[in-house]
Amino acid sequence: MNIAVCVKQIPDPATPYELDPENHWVVRPNDQVLDDTDRFGIEVGLQLAEASEGTVTLYSMGPSGSLQGIRQALAMGADKAVLIDDDSLRGSDALTTSRILAAAIEREGFDLVIAGMESTDGFTGVVPQMISEILDVPCLSFARRVDVADGNVTIERQTATGYEVVTSGLPALLGVTAGVVEPRYPTFKGIMQAKSKPVDTLTASDLGVEPHVGQTVMSVTNVEAREAGDIIEDEGEAYVRIVELLEQTKVI
Amino acid sequence: MSVWVFAEEAEGSPSDVSLELLTKARTLGDVSVFYVGAGSDAAWAMLGDHGATSVHHLDPGDVLPSAGAAAAFAEVLEAEGGEVVLFGAANTDRDVAGRLAARLGNPLVAGALDIDTSDGVSVTSEILGGTKSVTTAVTDEAPALIVTRPKAFSPVSTGGGTPAVTDVPMPDVGRSAATITERHIEASEGPDLEAAAVVVSGGRGLGSAEGFEMINELADLLEGAVGGTRAVVDAGWVPYSYQVGQTGKTVKPNMYVACAISGAMQHVVGMKGSSTIIAINKDPDAPIFALADLGIVGDVHKVVPQLIEALKSR
Repeated sequence: MNIAVCVKQIPDPATPYELDPENHWVVRPNDQVLDDTDRFGIEVGLQLAEASEGTVTLYSMGPSGSLQGIRQALAMGADKAVLIDDDSLRGSDALTTSRILAAAIEREGFDLVIAGMESTDGFTGVVPQMISEILDVPCLSFARRVDVADGNVTIERQTATGYEVVTSGLPALLGVTAGVVEPRYPTFKGIMQAKSKPVDTLTASDLGVEPHVGQTVMSVTNVEAREAGDIIEDEGEAYVRIVELLEQTKVI
Repeated sequence: MSVWVFAEEAEGSPSDVSLELLTKARTLGDVSVFYVGAGSDAAWAMLGDHGATSVHHLDPGDVLPSAGAAAAFAEVLEAEGGEVVLFGAANTDRDVAGRLAARLGNPLVAGALDIDTSDGVSVTSEILGGTKSVTTAVTDEAPALIVTRPKAFSPVSTGGGTPAVTDVPMPDVGRSAATITERHIEASEGPDLEAAAVVVSGGRGLGSAEGFEMINELADLLEGAVGGTRAVVDAGWVPYSYQVGQTGKTVKPNMYVACAISGAMQHVVGMKGSSTIIAINKDPDAPIFALADLGIVGDVHKVVPQLIEALKSR
Protein backbone atom coordinates (compact mmCIF):
# COMPACT_ATOMS: atom_id res chain seq x y z
CA MET A 1 0.00 0.00 0.00
CA ASN A 2 1.23 3.47 -0.95
CA ILE A 3 0.67 5.61 2.14
CA ALA A 4 0.92 9.40 2.31
CA VAL A 5 1.24 11.02 5.73
CA CYS A 6 0.84 14.79 6.16
CA VAL A 7 3.19 16.26 8.75
CA LYS A 8 4.18 19.72 9.95
CA GLN A 9 7.29 21.28 11.40
CA ILE A 10 6.37 23.73 14.15
CA PRO A 11 8.28 25.95 16.59
CA ASP A 12 8.96 24.01 19.79
CA PRO A 13 5.68 24.26 21.78
CA ALA A 14 7.75 24.45 24.99
CA THR A 15 9.01 27.88 23.86
CA PRO A 16 6.83 31.01 23.74
CA TYR A 17 5.55 31.78 20.23
CA GLU A 18 6.11 35.19 18.71
CA LEU A 19 4.33 36.98 15.90
CA ASP A 20 6.14 38.99 13.27
CA PRO A 21 4.94 42.55 13.95
CA GLU A 22 4.78 43.35 10.20
CA ASN A 23 2.78 40.45 8.80
CA HIS A 24 1.47 38.78 11.98
CA TRP A 25 2.82 35.36 11.01
CA VAL A 26 4.24 33.09 13.67
CA VAL A 27 8.02 33.50 13.72
CA ARG A 28 9.54 30.19 12.57
CA PRO A 29 13.08 29.44 13.76
CA ASN A 30 15.53 27.43 11.63
CA ASP A 31 15.17 24.47 13.98
CA GLN A 32 11.55 23.38 14.13
CA VAL A 33 10.23 20.17 15.66
CA LEU A 34 7.80 17.57 14.37
CA ASP A 35 4.29 18.42 15.57
CA ASP A 36 3.66 15.86 18.29
CA THR A 37 0.16 15.12 16.98
CA ASP A 38 1.71 13.90 13.69
CA ARG A 39 3.51 11.00 15.36
CA PHE A 40 0.22 9.10 15.69
CA GLY A 41 -0.54 9.27 11.97
CA ILE A 42 3.04 8.27 11.13
CA GLU A 43 2.73 5.24 13.42
CA VAL A 44 -0.55 4.16 11.82
CA GLY A 45 1.07 4.56 8.40
CA LEU A 46 4.14 2.53 9.39
CA GLN A 47 2.03 -0.30 10.81
CA LEU A 48 -0.14 -0.47 7.68
CA ALA A 49 2.91 -0.30 5.41
CA GLU A 50 4.64 -3.08 7.35
CA ALA A 51 1.53 -5.27 7.02
CA SER A 52 1.26 -4.69 3.25
CA GLU A 53 4.89 -4.34 2.16
CA GLY A 54 4.01 -0.76 1.36
CA THR A 55 5.75 2.59 1.62
CA VAL A 56 5.24 5.68 3.75
CA THR A 57 5.86 9.07 2.15
CA LEU A 58 5.72 12.24 4.25
CA TYR A 59 4.24 15.45 2.84
CA SER A 60 4.85 18.81 4.43
CA MET A 61 4.43 22.46 3.46
CA GLY A 62 6.44 25.20 5.12
CA PRO A 63 9.93 26.58 5.55
CA SER A 64 12.42 23.67 5.47
CA GLY A 65 14.87 25.21 7.92
CA SER A 66 17.25 22.60 9.24
CA LEU A 67 14.73 19.81 8.43
CA GLN A 68 14.97 18.74 12.08
CA GLY A 69 11.25 17.91 12.36
CA ILE A 70 11.20 16.03 9.04
CA ARG A 71 14.23 13.97 10.07
CA GLN A 72 12.43 13.11 13.33
CA ALA A 73 9.57 11.71 11.26
CA LEU A 74 11.92 9.84 8.90
CA ALA A 75 13.73 8.41 11.93
CA MET A 76 10.51 6.71 13.00
CA GLY A 77 10.71 4.72 9.76
CA ALA A 78 9.05 6.68 6.94
CA ASP A 79 10.71 6.03 3.56
CA LYS A 80 10.99 9.53 2.14
CA ALA A 81 9.64 13.07 2.37
CA VAL A 82 8.23 15.57 -0.11
CA LEU A 83 8.54 19.12 1.13
CA ILE A 84 6.90 22.16 -0.43
CA ASP A 85 8.99 25.16 0.55
CA ASP A 86 8.20 28.34 -1.33
CA ASP A 87 8.38 31.94 -0.08
CA SER A 88 5.28 32.77 -2.12
CA LEU A 89 3.34 30.40 0.15
CA ARG A 90 4.18 32.23 3.39
CA GLY A 91 0.94 33.26 5.11
CA SER A 92 -1.17 30.80 3.09
CA ASP A 93 -4.56 29.91 4.46
CA ALA A 94 -5.86 26.39 5.06
CA LEU A 95 -7.29 26.06 1.56
CA THR A 96 -4.03 26.90 -0.21
CA THR A 97 -2.16 24.55 2.13
CA SER A 98 -4.63 21.80 1.28
CA ARG A 99 -4.36 22.41 -2.45
CA ILE A 100 -0.58 22.20 -2.25
CA LEU A 101 -0.55 19.01 -0.18
CA ALA A 102 -3.25 17.38 -2.31
CA ALA A 103 -1.39 18.23 -5.54
CA ALA A 104 1.87 16.80 -4.19
CA ILE A 105 0.16 13.62 -2.98
CA GLU A 106 -1.68 13.16 -6.27
CA ARG A 107 1.54 13.62 -8.22
CA GLU A 108 3.22 10.74 -6.37
CA GLY A 109 0.10 8.55 -6.22
CA PHE A 110 -1.52 7.10 -3.08
CA ASP A 111 -3.84 4.47 -1.66
CA LEU A 112 -4.31 6.08 1.73
CA VAL A 113 -3.66 9.60 3.05
CA ILE A 114 -3.21 10.01 6.81
CA ALA A 115 -3.30 13.29 8.73
CA GLY A 116 -3.77 14.50 12.29
CA MET A 117 -7.00 16.41 12.99
CA GLU A 118 -5.34 19.76 13.76
CA SER A 119 -1.85 21.20 14.10
CA THR A 120 -0.57 22.32 17.47
CA ASP A 121 0.50 25.77 16.25
CA GLY A 122 -2.39 26.78 14.00
CA PHE A 123 -5.30 24.42 14.69
CA THR A 124 -7.66 25.60 11.94
CA GLY A 125 -8.70 21.94 12.02
CA VAL A 126 -10.04 21.59 8.47
CA VAL A 127 -7.01 20.72 6.31
CA PRO A 128 -7.69 16.93 6.26
CA GLN A 129 -11.28 17.53 5.15
CA MET A 130 -10.17 19.97 2.43
CA ILE A 131 -7.56 17.54 1.11
CA SER A 132 -10.14 14.75 0.98
CA GLU A 133 -12.52 16.91 -1.05
CA ILE A 134 -9.78 17.93 -3.51
CA LEU A 135 -8.68 14.30 -3.94
CA ASP A 136 -12.32 13.09 -4.09
CA VAL A 137 -11.90 10.46 -1.38
CA PRO A 138 -13.86 9.69 1.81
CA CYS A 139 -12.74 11.59 4.91
CA LEU A 140 -12.58 9.06 7.75
CA SER A 141 -12.14 11.70 10.41
CA PHE A 142 -11.58 11.78 14.18
CA ALA A 143 -10.48 8.15 14.12
CA ARG A 144 -9.60 6.65 17.48
CA ARG A 145 -9.22 3.12 16.11
CA VAL A 146 -8.29 1.97 12.60
CA ASP A 147 -8.57 -1.35 10.82
CA VAL A 148 -7.65 -1.97 7.16
CA ALA A 149 -8.67 -5.28 5.62
CA ASP A 150 -9.72 -6.54 2.19
CA GLY A 151 -9.37 -3.11 0.60
CA ASN A 152 -11.67 -1.45 3.15
CA VAL A 153 -10.86 0.99 5.94
CA THR A 154 -12.96 0.82 9.10
CA ILE A 155 -12.62 3.31 11.93
CA GLU A 156 -14.17 4.25 15.24
CA ARG A 157 -15.02 7.93 14.77
CA GLN A 158 -15.35 10.11 17.86
CA THR A 159 -18.74 11.82 18.21
CA ALA A 160 -20.10 14.27 20.78
CA THR A 161 -21.72 11.46 22.75
CA GLY A 162 -19.54 8.43 22.00
CA TYR A 163 -18.37 6.96 18.73
CA GLU A 164 -19.60 5.48 15.47
CA VAL A 165 -18.12 2.78 13.28
CA VAL A 166 -17.49 4.09 9.75
CA THR A 167 -16.25 2.14 6.76
CA SER A 168 -15.21 2.95 3.19
CA GLY A 169 -13.18 1.57 0.32
CA LEU A 170 -9.74 2.77 -0.81
CA PRO A 171 -8.41 5.25 -1.69
CA ALA A 172 -9.38 7.23 1.40
CA LEU A 173 -8.16 9.88 3.79
CA LEU A 174 -7.78 8.93 7.42
CA GLY A 175 -7.81 11.68 10.06
CA VAL A 176 -6.48 10.34 13.34
CA THR A 177 -6.70 11.50 16.93
CA ALA A 178 -3.81 11.15 19.34
CA GLY A 179 -5.25 8.06 20.98
CA VAL A 180 -5.29 5.85 17.93
CA VAL A 181 -1.97 4.08 18.54
CA GLU A 182 1.11 4.41 20.72
CA PRO A 183 3.81 5.96 18.49
CA ARG A 184 7.20 4.26 18.45
CA TYR A 185 10.38 6.01 19.51
CA PRO A 186 13.04 6.27 16.83
CA THR A 187 15.87 3.77 17.24
CA PHE A 188 19.51 4.80 16.96
CA LYS A 189 19.61 2.99 13.61
CA GLY A 190 16.50 4.87 12.50
CA ILE A 191 18.05 8.20 13.42
CA MET A 192 21.22 7.38 11.47
CA GLN A 193 19.27 6.17 8.43
CA ALA A 194 17.03 9.26 8.46
CA LYS A 195 20.02 11.42 7.60
CA SER A 196 20.34 9.88 4.16
CA LYS A 197 16.70 9.29 3.28
CA PRO A 198 15.46 11.24 0.25
CA VAL A 199 13.79 14.62 0.82
CA ASP A 200 12.39 16.16 -2.38
CA THR A 201 11.72 19.88 -2.32
CA LEU A 202 9.06 21.37 -4.57
CA THR A 203 7.61 24.83 -5.23
CA ALA A 204 4.02 25.91 -5.81
CA SER A 205 4.68 26.27 -9.54
CA ASP A 206 6.10 22.71 -9.72
CA LEU A 207 2.63 21.64 -8.60
CA GLY A 208 0.72 24.13 -10.73
CA VAL A 209 -0.95 25.69 -7.69
CA GLU A 210 -1.42 29.43 -7.61
CA PRO A 211 -0.71 30.87 -4.13
CA HIS A 212 -3.84 32.64 -2.98
CA VAL A 213 -4.77 34.52 0.16
CA GLY A 214 -8.47 35.10 0.76
CA GLN A 215 -8.16 36.74 4.15
CA THR A 216 -6.12 39.52 5.70
CA VAL A 217 -5.20 40.11 9.33
CA MET A 218 -6.44 43.61 10.20
CA SER A 219 -5.26 43.88 13.79
CA VAL A 220 -3.67 41.93 16.62
CA THR A 221 -4.13 43.03 20.23
CA ASN A 222 -3.16 41.54 23.57
CA VAL A 223 -5.94 39.86 25.50
CA GLU A 224 -6.08 41.04 29.10
CA ALA A 225 -4.44 38.30 31.12
CA ARG A 226 -6.00 36.88 34.28
CA GLU A 227 -4.37 38.24 37.38
CA ALA A 228 -2.09 35.65 38.88
CA GLY A 229 -3.33 34.37 42.21
CA ASP A 230 -1.62 32.75 45.17
CA ILE A 231 0.82 29.98 44.36
CA ILE A 232 1.80 27.90 47.37
CA GLU A 233 4.04 24.89 47.86
CA ASP A 234 2.28 21.92 49.43
CA GLU A 235 3.84 20.93 52.71
CA GLY A 236 1.01 18.68 53.75
CA GLU A 237 -1.59 21.34 54.58
CA ALA A 238 -2.31 22.94 51.19
CA TYR A 239 -5.69 21.20 50.97
CA VAL A 240 -6.89 23.48 53.79
CA ARG A 241 -6.43 26.48 51.49
CA ILE A 242 -8.54 24.76 48.87
CA VAL A 243 -11.31 24.10 51.40
CA GLU A 244 -11.18 27.78 52.45
CA LEU A 245 -11.48 28.99 48.86
CA LEU A 246 -14.35 26.57 48.21
CA GLU A 247 -16.10 28.04 51.25
CA GLN A 248 -15.42 31.66 50.24
CA THR A 249 -16.83 31.02 46.77
CA LYS A 250 -19.83 29.22 48.32
CA VAL A 251 -19.11 26.01 46.42
CA ILE A 252 -19.46 24.27 49.78
CA MET B 1 -27.50 40.17 4.11
CA SER B 2 -28.18 36.46 3.65
CA VAL B 3 -26.69 34.28 6.39
CA TRP B 4 -26.64 30.47 6.54
CA VAL B 5 -26.25 28.30 9.60
CA PHE B 6 -25.18 24.66 9.44
CA ALA B 7 -27.19 22.60 11.91
CA GLU B 8 -26.45 18.99 12.75
CA GLU B 9 -29.11 16.94 14.51
CA ALA B 10 -28.14 15.70 17.97
CA GLU B 11 -30.45 13.24 19.73
CA GLY B 12 -33.43 14.33 17.65
CA SER B 13 -32.98 18.10 18.08
CA PRO B 14 -30.85 20.78 16.44
CA SER B 15 -27.41 20.75 18.10
CA ASP B 16 -26.94 23.30 20.91
CA VAL B 17 -24.27 25.08 18.88
CA SER B 18 -26.66 25.57 15.95
CA LEU B 19 -29.04 27.50 18.25
CA GLU B 20 -26.08 29.62 19.46
CA LEU B 21 -25.17 30.35 15.82
CA LEU B 22 -28.76 31.23 14.91
CA THR B 23 -28.88 33.77 17.73
CA LYS B 24 -25.82 35.52 16.29
CA ALA B 25 -26.85 35.04 12.67
CA ARG B 26 -30.18 36.85 13.07
CA THR B 27 -28.33 40.01 14.16
CA LEU B 28 -26.48 39.93 10.81
CA GLY B 29 -29.38 39.42 8.39
CA ASP B 30 -31.93 36.92 7.03
CA VAL B 31 -31.20 33.44 8.33
CA SER B 32 -31.48 30.14 6.49
CA VAL B 33 -30.49 26.77 7.91
CA PHE B 34 -28.88 23.77 6.23
CA TYR B 35 -30.03 20.92 8.47
CA VAL B 36 -28.47 17.44 8.49
CA GLY B 37 -30.44 14.71 10.26
CA ALA B 38 -33.79 12.95 10.30
CA GLY B 39 -35.67 16.18 11.10
CA SER B 40 -39.06 16.66 12.77
CA ASP B 41 -41.75 19.29 13.26
CA ALA B 42 -40.35 19.93 16.74
CA ALA B 43 -36.87 20.55 15.25
CA TRP B 44 -38.25 23.01 12.66
CA ALA B 45 -40.17 24.84 15.38
CA MET B 46 -37.02 25.12 17.48
CA LEU B 47 -35.04 26.50 14.53
CA GLY B 48 -37.81 29.01 13.80
CA ASP B 49 -37.95 30.00 17.43
CA HIS B 50 -34.25 30.91 17.21
CA GLY B 51 -34.60 33.02 14.07
CA ALA B 52 -34.51 30.70 11.04
CA THR B 53 -36.94 31.71 8.28
CA SER B 54 -36.14 28.81 5.95
CA VAL B 55 -34.61 25.36 6.29
CA HIS B 56 -33.01 23.08 3.69
CA HIS B 57 -33.14 19.57 5.08
CA LEU B 58 -30.84 16.67 4.16
CA ASP B 59 -31.34 13.25 5.71
CA PRO B 60 -28.09 11.29 5.24
CA GLY B 61 -29.39 8.07 6.80
CA ASP B 62 -26.45 5.75 7.38
CA VAL B 63 -24.07 7.59 5.06
CA LEU B 64 -21.28 9.61 6.72
CA PRO B 65 -22.64 13.12 6.01
CA SER B 66 -19.45 15.06 5.16
CA ALA B 67 -19.01 14.58 1.39
CA GLY B 68 -22.72 14.43 0.53
CA ALA B 69 -23.69 17.31 2.79
CA ALA B 70 -20.91 19.48 1.35
CA ALA B 71 -21.99 18.69 -2.22
CA ALA B 72 -25.67 19.33 -1.50
CA PHE B 73 -24.98 22.48 0.52
CA ALA B 74 -22.76 23.82 -2.29
CA GLU B 75 -25.63 23.42 -4.76
CA VAL B 76 -28.10 25.12 -2.42
CA LEU B 77 -25.70 28.04 -1.89
CA GLU B 78 -25.12 28.41 -5.62
CA ALA B 79 -28.89 28.49 -6.24
CA GLU B 80 -29.97 30.61 -3.27
CA GLY B 81 -26.89 32.81 -2.68
CA GLY B 82 -25.53 33.81 0.70
CA GLU B 83 -22.82 36.04 2.09
CA VAL B 84 -21.89 34.23 5.30
CA VAL B 85 -22.08 30.56 6.35
CA LEU B 86 -21.65 29.72 10.03
CA PHE B 87 -20.49 26.39 11.44
CA GLY B 88 -19.82 25.14 14.96
CA ALA B 89 -16.56 23.40 15.83
CA ALA B 90 -18.12 19.95 16.34
CA ASN B 91 -16.71 17.07 14.31
CA THR B 92 -19.35 16.91 11.59
CA ASP B 93 -19.47 20.72 11.38
CA ARG B 94 -15.72 20.72 10.68
CA ASP B 95 -15.99 17.87 8.18
CA VAL B 96 -18.69 19.62 6.15
CA ALA B 97 -17.10 23.09 6.45
CA GLY B 98 -13.71 21.89 5.19
CA ARG B 99 -15.13 19.93 2.28
CA LEU B 100 -17.51 22.76 1.35
CA ALA B 101 -14.72 25.37 1.36
CA ALA B 102 -12.58 23.20 -0.92
CA ARG B 103 -15.55 22.49 -3.18
CA LEU B 104 -16.50 26.15 -3.54
CA GLY B 105 -12.89 27.35 -3.53
CA ASN B 106 -13.85 29.84 -0.84
CA PRO B 107 -11.95 31.01 2.23
CA LEU B 108 -12.63 29.56 5.64
CA VAL B 109 -11.85 31.28 8.92
CA ALA B 110 -11.80 29.14 12.06
CA GLY B 111 -11.91 29.84 15.78
CA ALA B 112 -14.34 32.78 15.46
CA LEU B 113 -15.48 34.43 18.70
CA ASP B 114 -17.31 37.26 16.95
CA ILE B 115 -18.36 38.25 13.44
CA ASP B 116 -18.86 41.73 12.06
CA THR B 117 -20.53 42.47 8.72
CA SER B 118 -20.84 46.26 8.93
CA ASP B 119 -17.96 46.76 6.45
CA GLY B 120 -17.35 43.52 4.56
CA VAL B 121 -17.00 40.36 6.64
CA SER B 122 -14.52 40.34 9.50
CA VAL B 123 -13.94 37.78 12.19
CA THR B 124 -12.44 38.11 15.66
CA SER B 125 -10.58 35.14 17.11
CA GLU B 126 -7.94 34.44 19.70
CA ILE B 127 -4.59 32.79 19.02
CA LEU B 128 -1.54 31.63 20.98
CA GLY B 129 -3.57 30.12 23.79
CA GLY B 130 -5.94 33.06 24.01
CA THR B 131 -3.22 35.64 24.67
CA LYS B 132 -3.76 37.58 21.42
CA SER B 133 -6.97 38.73 19.80
CA VAL B 134 -6.92 38.84 16.01
CA THR B 135 -9.34 40.50 13.61
CA THR B 136 -9.31 38.96 10.13
CA ALA B 137 -11.05 40.44 7.09
CA VAL B 138 -12.35 38.00 4.49
CA THR B 139 -11.31 39.49 1.18
CA ASP B 140 -12.48 36.79 -1.22
CA GLU B 141 -15.85 36.54 -2.92
CA ALA B 142 -18.90 35.36 -0.95
CA PRO B 143 -19.84 33.25 0.80
CA ALA B 144 -17.36 33.49 3.66
CA LEU B 145 -17.27 30.25 5.64
CA ILE B 146 -16.76 30.74 9.36
CA VAL B 147 -16.14 28.04 11.98
CA THR B 148 -16.92 29.41 15.45
CA ARG B 149 -15.62 28.55 18.90
CA PRO B 150 -18.06 26.72 21.20
CA LYS B 151 -19.98 29.08 23.53
CA ALA B 152 -19.03 32.13 21.46
CA PHE B 153 -22.72 33.11 21.54
CA SER B 154 -25.58 32.34 23.93
CA PRO B 155 -28.78 30.85 22.50
CA VAL B 156 -31.85 33.09 22.92
CA SER B 157 -35.26 32.29 21.46
CA THR B 158 -37.23 34.95 19.56
CA GLY B 159 -40.67 33.40 19.47
CA GLY B 160 -40.38 33.14 15.67
CA GLY B 161 -42.79 30.91 13.72
CA THR B 162 -42.14 27.67 11.89
CA PRO B 163 -39.77 28.16 8.93
CA ALA B 164 -40.37 26.94 5.38
CA VAL B 165 -38.73 23.52 4.96
CA THR B 166 -37.30 22.21 1.67
CA ASP B 167 -36.10 18.61 1.47
CA VAL B 168 -32.78 18.13 -0.32
CA PRO B 169 -31.86 14.67 -1.67
CA MET B 170 -28.58 13.07 -0.59
CA PRO B 171 -26.35 13.30 -3.69
CA ASP B 172 -24.30 10.39 -5.01
CA VAL B 173 -20.70 11.24 -4.14
CA GLY B 174 -19.17 8.25 -5.89
CA ARG B 175 -15.89 7.11 -4.38
CA SER B 176 -16.03 9.74 -1.60
CA ALA B 177 -18.83 7.80 0.12
CA ALA B 178 -18.43 6.20 3.56
CA THR B 179 -21.00 4.27 5.57
CA ILE B 180 -21.88 4.38 9.26
CA THR B 181 -22.41 0.78 10.36
CA GLU B 182 -22.77 1.22 14.15
CA ARG B 183 -23.51 4.05 16.58
CA HIS B 184 -22.46 3.89 20.24
CA ILE B 185 -23.34 6.20 23.11
CA GLU B 186 -20.80 6.43 25.93
CA ALA B 187 -22.92 7.94 28.67
CA SER B 188 -21.38 10.56 30.94
CA GLU B 189 -22.32 10.39 34.59
CA GLY B 190 -23.25 13.36 36.74
CA PRO B 191 -24.12 16.93 35.73
CA ASP B 192 -23.77 18.31 32.21
CA LEU B 193 -20.18 19.48 31.75
CA GLU B 194 -21.06 22.63 29.82
CA ALA B 195 -23.76 23.75 32.25
CA ALA B 196 -22.15 22.75 35.56
CA ALA B 197 -21.30 25.40 38.18
CA VAL B 198 -18.31 23.34 39.30
CA VAL B 199 -15.94 21.40 37.03
CA VAL B 200 -13.18 19.11 38.26
CA SER B 201 -10.74 18.14 35.50
CA GLY B 202 -7.85 15.74 35.33
CA GLY B 203 -4.77 15.60 33.15
CA ARG B 204 -2.12 13.13 32.15
CA GLY B 205 -0.27 13.66 35.45
CA LEU B 206 -2.85 11.41 37.12
CA GLY B 207 -0.91 8.54 35.61
CA SER B 208 -3.68 6.07 34.79
CA ALA B 209 -7.39 5.49 34.41
CA GLU B 210 -7.38 4.30 38.03
CA GLY B 211 -5.67 7.56 39.02
CA PHE B 212 -8.61 9.34 37.42
CA GLU B 213 -11.03 7.73 39.91
CA MET B 214 -10.35 10.37 42.55
CA ILE B 215 -11.37 13.10 40.09
CA ASN B 216 -14.80 11.46 39.86
CA GLU B 217 -15.00 11.27 43.63
CA LEU B 218 -14.00 14.91 44.14
CA ALA B 219 -16.49 16.07 41.50
CA ASP B 220 -19.19 14.05 43.24
CA LEU B 221 -18.50 15.70 46.58
CA LEU B 222 -18.62 19.17 44.99
CA GLU B 223 -21.72 18.25 42.95
CA GLY B 224 -19.70 19.15 39.89
CA ALA B 225 -19.04 17.72 36.45
CA VAL B 226 -15.91 15.83 35.41
CA GLY B 227 -13.67 17.07 32.60
CA GLY B 228 -10.39 15.99 31.07
CA THR B 229 -7.62 17.13 28.77
CA ARG B 230 -7.13 15.86 25.24
CA ALA B 231 -4.30 13.66 26.53
CA VAL B 232 -6.49 11.69 28.94
CA VAL B 233 -9.31 11.38 26.42
CA ASP B 234 -6.88 10.12 23.80
CA ALA B 235 -5.41 7.73 26.35
CA GLY B 236 -8.91 6.30 26.74
CA TRP B 237 -9.30 7.06 30.47
CA VAL B 238 -12.49 9.06 29.83
CA PRO B 239 -14.77 9.45 26.78
CA TYR B 240 -14.40 12.30 24.29
CA SER B 241 -17.53 13.95 25.71
CA TYR B 242 -15.41 14.86 28.78
CA GLN B 243 -12.81 16.79 26.79
CA VAL B 244 -12.32 20.46 27.67
CA GLY B 245 -10.33 22.57 25.23
CA GLN B 246 -9.85 23.75 21.69
CA THR B 247 -11.18 20.56 20.15
CA GLY B 248 -13.53 19.68 22.99
CA LYS B 249 -15.93 21.66 25.12
CA THR B 250 -15.70 25.22 26.37
CA VAL B 251 -16.71 25.58 30.00
CA LYS B 252 -17.25 28.70 32.10
CA PRO B 253 -18.11 27.39 35.58
CA ASN B 254 -17.94 29.35 38.83
CA MET B 255 -15.22 26.98 40.01
CA TYR B 256 -12.71 25.01 37.90
CA VAL B 257 -10.39 22.60 39.67
CA ALA B 258 -7.48 21.53 37.41
CA CYS B 259 -5.74 18.42 38.74
CA ALA B 260 -2.40 17.39 37.23
CA ILE B 261 -3.05 19.58 34.16
CA SER B 262 -0.05 21.44 32.76
CA GLY B 263 -2.10 24.08 30.96
CA ALA B 264 -1.31 23.49 27.28
CA MET B 265 -2.77 26.13 24.93
CA GLN B 266 -5.20 23.57 23.58
CA HIS B 267 -6.74 23.01 27.04
CA VAL B 268 -6.59 26.58 28.36
CA VAL B 269 -8.80 28.09 25.66
CA GLY B 270 -11.61 25.80 26.82
CA MET B 271 -11.55 26.83 30.50
CA LYS B 272 -9.93 30.25 30.92
CA GLY B 273 -13.37 31.87 31.19
CA SER B 274 -14.01 30.12 34.53
CA SER B 275 -14.73 32.54 37.41
CA THR B 276 -12.33 30.91 39.87
CA ILE B 277 -9.56 28.45 39.02
CA ILE B 278 -7.74 26.15 41.41
CA ALA B 279 -4.73 24.26 40.00
CA ILE B 280 -2.79 21.40 41.55
CA ASN B 281 0.39 20.39 39.74
CA LYS B 282 3.80 19.18 40.82
CA ASP B 283 5.64 21.32 38.24
CA PRO B 284 6.04 24.89 39.57
CA ASP B 285 6.61 26.10 35.99
CA ALA B 286 3.34 24.63 34.65
CA PRO B 287 1.56 27.32 32.57
CA ILE B 288 -1.72 26.55 34.37
CA PHE B 289 -0.42 28.47 37.42
CA ALA B 290 -0.48 31.72 35.41
CA LEU B 291 -4.29 31.40 35.28
CA ALA B 292 -4.95 30.02 38.75
CA ASP B 293 -6.51 32.02 41.55
CA LEU B 294 -5.07 29.41 43.87
CA GLY B 295 -2.16 27.26 42.70
CA ILE B 296 -0.89 24.33 44.72
CA VAL B 297 2.58 23.10 43.78
CA GLY B 298 2.34 19.54 45.00
CA ASP B 299 1.53 15.93 44.30
CA VAL B 300 -2.05 15.49 43.16
CA HIS B 301 -2.01 11.96 44.60
CA LYS B 302 -1.52 13.47 48.08
CA VAL B 303 -3.45 16.74 47.90
CA VAL B 304 -6.65 15.42 46.31
CA PRO B 305 -7.14 12.47 48.73
CA GLN B 306 -6.60 14.87 51.65
CA LEU B 307 -9.13 17.25 50.16
CA ILE B 308 -11.61 14.42 49.66
CA GLU B 309 -11.22 13.33 53.30
CA ALA B 310 -11.67 16.91 54.52
CA LEU B 311 -14.85 17.34 52.47
CA LYS B 312 -16.24 14.01 53.65
CA SER B 313 -15.71 14.88 57.31
CA ARG B 314 -17.65 18.13 57.06
